[in-house]
Amino acid sequence: MESNYQSKIRNFCIVEHIYHGKSTLADRIIEKTGLLTSREMQAQVLDNMDLERERGITIKAQYVRTVYKAQDGEEYIFNLIDTPGHVDFNYEVSRSLAACDGAILVVDAAQGIEAQTLANVYLALDHDLDVFPVINKIDLPSAEPDKVKDEIEDVIGLEAQDAPLISAKNGIGIEDVLEQIVKQIPAPKGNPENPLQALIFDSLYDSYKGVIIFCRIMEGTVKKGTTIKMMATGAKQEVVEVGYFGAGQFIPCEELKAGMVGYITASIKNVKDTAVGDTVTDANRPCSEPLPGYKKVQSMVYCGMYPADGAKYPDLRDALEKLQLNDASLQYEPETSIALGFGFRCGFLGLLHLEIIQERLEREYNLDLLTTATGVIYKVYKSNGEVIELTNPSNLPDPSEIEHMEEPIVSAEIMVTNEFIGSIMELCQERRGRYLGMEYTSGNRALIKYELPLNEIIYDFFDALKSRSRGYASFDYDIKGYETSSLVKLDILINREEVDALSFIVHADSAYERGRKMCEKLKDEIPRHLFEIPIQAAVGGKIIARETVKAMRKDVLAKCYGGDITRKKKLLEKQKEGKKRMRQVGNVEIPQKAFMSVLKLDDGK
Amino acid sequence: MMANRLLELYIHIPFCVKKCLYCDFLSASASEAEREDYMEALFLEIRERAVECKEYQVCSIFIGGGTPSILPGEQIERMLALIRKHYALTEDAEISIEVNPGTVDEKKLCIYRAAGVNRLSIGLQSTHDRELMALGRIHTWQQFLDTYQWAREAGFDNVNVDLMSALPGQTRESYAESLGRVLNLRPEHISAYSLIVEEGTPFYRAYEKGQLALPDEDTEREMYRDTERLLLEQGYHRYEISNYALPGKECRHNVGYWTRREYLGFGLGAASLMDNTRFHNTAERQAYVESPLQQRQEIQPLKRQEQMEETMYLGLRLTQGVSREEFRQRFGVSPEDIYGPVIEKNRRDGLLEYHRKEEGNTEGCQDGDEMAYLALTPRGLDLSNYVMAQFLLE
Repeated sequence: MESNYQSKIRNFCIVEHIYHGKSTLADRIIEKTGLLTSREMQAQVLDNMDLERERGITIKAQYVRTVYKAQDGEEYIFNLIDTPGHVDFNYEVSRSLAACDGAILVVDAAQGIEAQTLANVYLALDHDLDVFPVINKIDLPSAEPDKVKDEIEDVIGLEAQDAPLISAKNGIGIEDVLEQIVKQIPAPKGNPENPLQALIFDSLYDSYKGVIIFCRIMEGTVKKGTTIKMMATGAKQEVVEVGYFGAGQFIPCEELKAGMVGYITASIKNVKDTAVGDTVTDANRPCSEPLPGYKKVQSMVYCGMYPADGAKYPDLRDALEKLQLNDASLQYEPETSIALGFGFRCGFLGLLHLEIIQERLEREYNLDLLTTATGVIYKVYKSNGEVIELTNPSNLPDPSEIEHMEEPIVSAEIMVTNEFIGSIMELCQERRGRYLGMEYTSGNRALIKYELPLNEIIYDFFDALKSRSRGYASFDYDIKGYETSSLVKLDILINREEVDALSFIVHADSAYERGRKMCEKLKDEIPRHLFEIPIQAAVGGKIIARETVKAMRKDVLAKCYGGDITRKKKLLEKQKEGKKRMRQVGNVEIPQKAFMSVLKLDDGK
Repeated sequence: MMANRLLELYIHIPFCVKKCLYCDFLSASASEAEREDYMEALFLEIRERAVECKEYQVCSIFIGGGTPSILPGEQIERMLALIRKHYALTEDAEISIEVNPGTVDEKKLCIYRAAGVNRLSIGLQSTHDRELMALGRIHTWQQFLDTYQWAREAGFDNVNVDLMSALPGQTRESYAESLGRVLNLRPEHISAYSLIVEEGTPFYRAYEKGQLALPDEDTEREMYRDTERLLLEQGYHRYEISNYALPGKECRHNVGYWTRREYLGFGLGAASLMDNTRFHNTAERQAYVESPLQQRQEIQPLKRQEQMEETMYLGLRLTQGVSREEFRQRFGVSPEDIYGPVIEKNRRDGLLEYHRKEEGNTEGCQDGDEMAYLALTPRGLDLSNYVMAQFLLE
């Protein structure tokens, strides 16, 4: 029994494999629904952050409300909830999907279905969404829309013969998509008289309004003055404003009722209080239970971040604080390194998340950063029964105290054309993968399933995958759990002193190889000193690799055209300036570059 | 009133027959007309600057380049006459000119000598024609021998020979042979330096492409050691990082630079130090020729701190080092007051040492002061840039 207003609402999202054209399609939908003139359109309205625009991907979920006058003469409210396209943000994707009633599946007419397409479609189907496909980029010379239609039917089992054939980039077929949204996406349900039950699918911090909660009202009604309560975090506040987000701005309204999507502000100071997936209810008339599916976001990838200039430590702290206001999945806590001084151990959802934060710190906050090797959370079971969740290799207890260690394992699905199956399987074996099986999805493609240790994929797995499949392989993973593993801490000693910032946890079998590469790389990066400097890699005190930086022998400006003292001084100044950018470890000066270079060991191997 | 401050003059001749492949000094080939225009401008500058030098006595003149010996003898004659007319010279003023074999004959050298030039600096670089060719030099070993003999015959009794090590294709043996051949001639002074591949030179581009077959580090090192050993055996004294001389034949002009004697540079790009202010002329030839007196650039009055820095990092180029007494007289504090930790660290590292006044040196300090000078040790000389950079204050 749907209320009249609900029949004119369509809450939907667009799912795709990254780069299949979702954001462009979203732009076209917004454009064609007439809320924005072409002139107002920036290239991609939905992608708000500069960074997103540059990377061409959507980092955080966002939403927009537009009004469409359909061929039946009625006006429909479209709530387009944009979902992130990257595996790092899988949980956020799932919450965005839960806020929708249907989904558009965008498939590239040339590339067809890929691993993430599948993963995202299954995720949408899991949430009982009605999904209809559109085939994009049909104007590409390599487009094979009929083949892709068959593939969609064979692989996913979605009816695809009537799928709109479009080019989002060139505005072809968009009308068809809009009509299909009206016809194929079901109207929302829910009773506005019931106790309030709203799903948070995103939130952001605004310095004027405080936290802005984006939510889907499942049941009940919320308006100014309602005392709301976040059921998981327990935070309670009085609503200051409700409204919806359209045409790049916040538009306040009277109330949000069951079936609607919009925003709530309530003078909340921190996005930690408004976790994605949490349920908003009326504190005075709470719903009986929260909406299902809430999970506390867990950081998967850790690294140390240090200001290149030690004096900038407070700036880094302030910047992280500000970023966290808007990104509850970013975690950090202070730590101290002998080599790098004061900094923070930071936790991220994944590598992309890490890179984004790092870039934002560098760009928006103008910080020069040193980051240590990326790691995952290891579980260390001590013989005394204690269990440590290890995020910083330096905190690993003495081997004698360790009973065993566990590392996180992911189940990965890799979709690849047949010709590359061999090389991709080889890669997975090298990365300690456990083969689970393979499915031939259509004509010449296969879905390979592996279990892989997370720490094997956080370095450069994605790059390796791309290069070994000439860009054709696609990859998706889920955290499966922890497994016992033979792990060791690899230490680097420079002039016989351990450099804490260079230590990392590695599987015993690859310790030698990694140690050797580290030493080689460091040898090239550390300048000569007055004395010879041994660079050693060690596991449990045993040296497994060594290189030597020879002693400095000559540093003379032999011919000095006498009169030109200025030039000589410039040379000396440059030399002195170079020293300032060094980190002192024992009596060795290590350029900051050296710390960064070892993070990318596999470059150009 | 008697002029009492000493001054050096440097005169830059930015011409050569052909630029050497390793050279990044300010010089280029030019037509005769261009050269004449330049010389007119240069003479104008020399004449007009004299008013600034009323209180000075010129104790050394250095005509460098480029290849000054490309000029006809008469030009040098005219130049020195002009200087004598407008400037007060000390009686024993050292007057040097750089000469490249292949650009002079006996007659030209006689004119130089008669004009008052009393020191020749001959650019040899190597005694092996193969190595000379690789450097892009225009002359052969034989042409050098001719030049050297003409110089002696013309009456030059103070001659420097430039030699280079670490050249492409050079071996330890071929370098030792060059040293030996030159030592047989017994020039009064030898400048021995190793090739530095400078940015912007053809050598640099070849080096970047990996096409420059330079001796490896160990070989270069041995060449460097051979230089010192062989020259010392033959009675030459290393008085500066890359300069060796028979006793009393140190190049006064060169020493002046390192002891911060005032000097005035004439000509394209020429640098000056006057009244604790450094500046230099433009490097644009056209601009210089049009108005040679309006071309001073980057005029930098040196702050007290900069003067101290210079006193240290320039003074340390001399093996004798920095006179602590002179430092005290000039700045009212001792080097240790300013650089205590740096001096201590480098002494500990074996790069700096104190020593007494060298024999025959009558300047500055009292006899018997074991800590009269602060100087680089032999290892410190090898790593001079490393040490000197530490003497820059914040």
